[in-house]
Amino acid sequence: MLTIELFFEQSLNGLQQGVMLFLMAAGLTLVFGIMHLINLAHGSLYMIGAYVAASVTQASDSFVLGILAALGAAGLTGMLLEFSALRRLYNRDHLDQVLATFGMILFFNELVKILWGPQALFLSTPELLSGTLEFIPGAPYPSYRLFIIGAGLIVALLLRHLIIHTRVGMLIRAGATHREMVGALGVNIDQLYTIVFGIGAMLAGLAGALAGPMLAVEVGMGEKILILTFVVIIIGGIGSVRGALVGALLVGMVDTYGRAFLPTIMRELLDPASADTVAASMSSVAIYVLMAVVLIWKPRGLFQAYGS
Amino acid sequence: MFLNKIIGSEASLRTKIVSLVGILVLFAVPLFANLFNEPFLVDIASRILIYALVAISLDLILGYGGMVSFGHGAFLGLGAYVVGILTHHSYEGTAVVFLPGEWQGTTQAFIQWPLAMIFSGLLALIIGALSLRTSGVYFIMITLAFAQMLYFFMISIPTYGGEDGLNIWERSEIPLLDLYDAKSFYFTCLVLLLLCLWCCSRIVKSRFGMVLRGCRQNEVRMKALGYPVYRYKLMAFVLSGMIAGLAGALLANHTEFVGPGLMHWTGSGEIMIMVILGGMGSLIGPVLGSAALLLMEEVLAGWTEHWMIFLGPMLVLIVLFARKGLYGLLIGKGADNG
Repeated sequence: MLTIELFFEQSLNGLQQGVMLFLMAAGLTLVFGIMHLINLAHGSLYMIGAYVAASVTQASDSFVLGILAALGAAGLTGMLLEFSALRRLYNRDHLDQVLATFGMILFFNELVKILWGPQALFLSTPELLSGTLEFIPGAPYPSYRLFIIGAGLIVALLLRHLIIHTRVGMLIRAGATHREMVGALGVNIDQLYTIVFGIGAMLAGLAGALAGPMLAVEVGMGEKILILTFVVIIIGGIGSVRGALVGALLVGMVDTYGRAFLPTIMRELLDPASADTVAASMSSVAIYVLMAVVLIWKPRGLFQAYGS
Repeated sequence: MFLNKIIGSEASLRTKIVSLVGILVLFAVPLFANLFNEPFLVDIASRILIYALVAISLDLILGYGGMVSFGHGAFLGLGAYVVGILTHHSYEGTAVVFLPGEWQGTTQAFIQWPLAMIFSGLLALIIGALSLRTSGVYFIMITLAFAQMLYFFMISIPTYGGEDGLNIWERSEIPLLDLYDAKSFYFTCLVLLLLCLWCCSRIVKSRFGMVLRGCRQNEVRMKALGYPVYRYKLMAFVLSGMIAGLAGALLANHTEFVGPGLMHWTGSGEIMIMVILGGMGSLIGPVLGSAALLLMEEVLAGWTEHWMIFLGPMLVLIVLFARKGLYGLLIGKGADNG
């Protein structure tokens, strides 16, 4: 039944999923907006974050240590990738970038399979956050999900501060609009790019680490969220961090509402057996429909990036 | 001479030699298989031909038209599903669900395969008409999104196997030919591939093809010259979808199974890899790419279970250092067809 409590709960779920997607999308959209690089391996950084966080948390019994390790591992891997291969691809065709980073996905998936084995890892939520909070009487909500929403919003604010109010952020914005000019003014563009890539990678790692206790940590988890992330940044307008936030919340909400309410609605219209499958597929398709509609309406996404 | 028709009489000697050797090798595969007593070889070779077909179809819009479709698996998959569904109904004796009337499907290739092409073409018409409003990376992503939609759509239909896919109990029937025989099937694929190569080489060199190549190089100029660019690109997109549909029909017969996995974005990525690996903007390139990727998979998988750990970095290296693909390596400077 559709009740206020259920609606409230699903809205928070949607918000939480949107926040996760934003963590992924922010890095991806920055890298695209500034370096013009399509990085399919962004999902692999997420997966690395999740695996490292899971292992370290299990070994040390400290969730905080796990998150820090994930940030470090994903950031370092990202910078290493940028330094060794990806920086050679900035001026190449998008097609070359897609192909090379697709190769990296294959590599990392297999590497993780060798290091951690093919079985999925399951991580319990840290004790402090394993309870529930009751905002509305009769609708307890897991505090871990609230923690994710809070963490994501803090990261969004920090990122906004970084881009608008700091020197690095100024260079990032300048680099997106006039990269030659920034280089001519004596800024080390290569270094700037590596830093931006590192930031994006760390955000992906953070998303992975946070997702650990909610999902199965498994090979291929990166690709699942990668496609959603691309949908987000396409809807928001590639290169725009603000667009990424709006897109992420939109996709999170549409996806969650679809999954939560479509089965109920479909059961009213169809017989129960087929209603569930139809609803399941309709809710999977919903975000793609959203994206197609946005693109047909606004072929360059909702928000314009700095550069374009 | 047939060879001249495929690659054009003005092609360089080196191109001709490479193409001739390629075609001879393709005809000789069943011989080799007999010689070394490895019947499995014909099977792999058939797979290579089928994927070459779909890679060519992608190259037609990607290499010549500059349209980076990341959802080509959708057309391949739909073609396969058309064969799968028609066979399923003819086997079960039930009526086809999505069509009006009480038609119980068929196993006749001359009905199945053209239908596969028509349905894939229609799908391409819809997807293309919407997607071609965008360009660049937006085009890449919207084609991907449409393919994902179809993927989830097929998963949701339990009548046709849902997530598990559909077993095909009978291969298509062609009069006087037994498609269960590996060699007959192989030569059927080969003839269709050569036919497609011939058609595509005609298309690429025609006025239509020239307009398409012009669009890739400078779309604004083509518009200024008065060409209805959108219509040309859409036509090419539909044509490409139809060829991919035919490849799908063959693939369904080859694997005797069709599942939604064909439409998944990693499948589309693999087709794209074949085109780029082989060398885009040439018709022989995708054939080389298909052969190289599938053979590489086969060989690496024979060595180790973790073959992808080699394939991945190899792709990165190929992108970084072999920019014109295998075709470029073989042909040298003359490889620039664009």
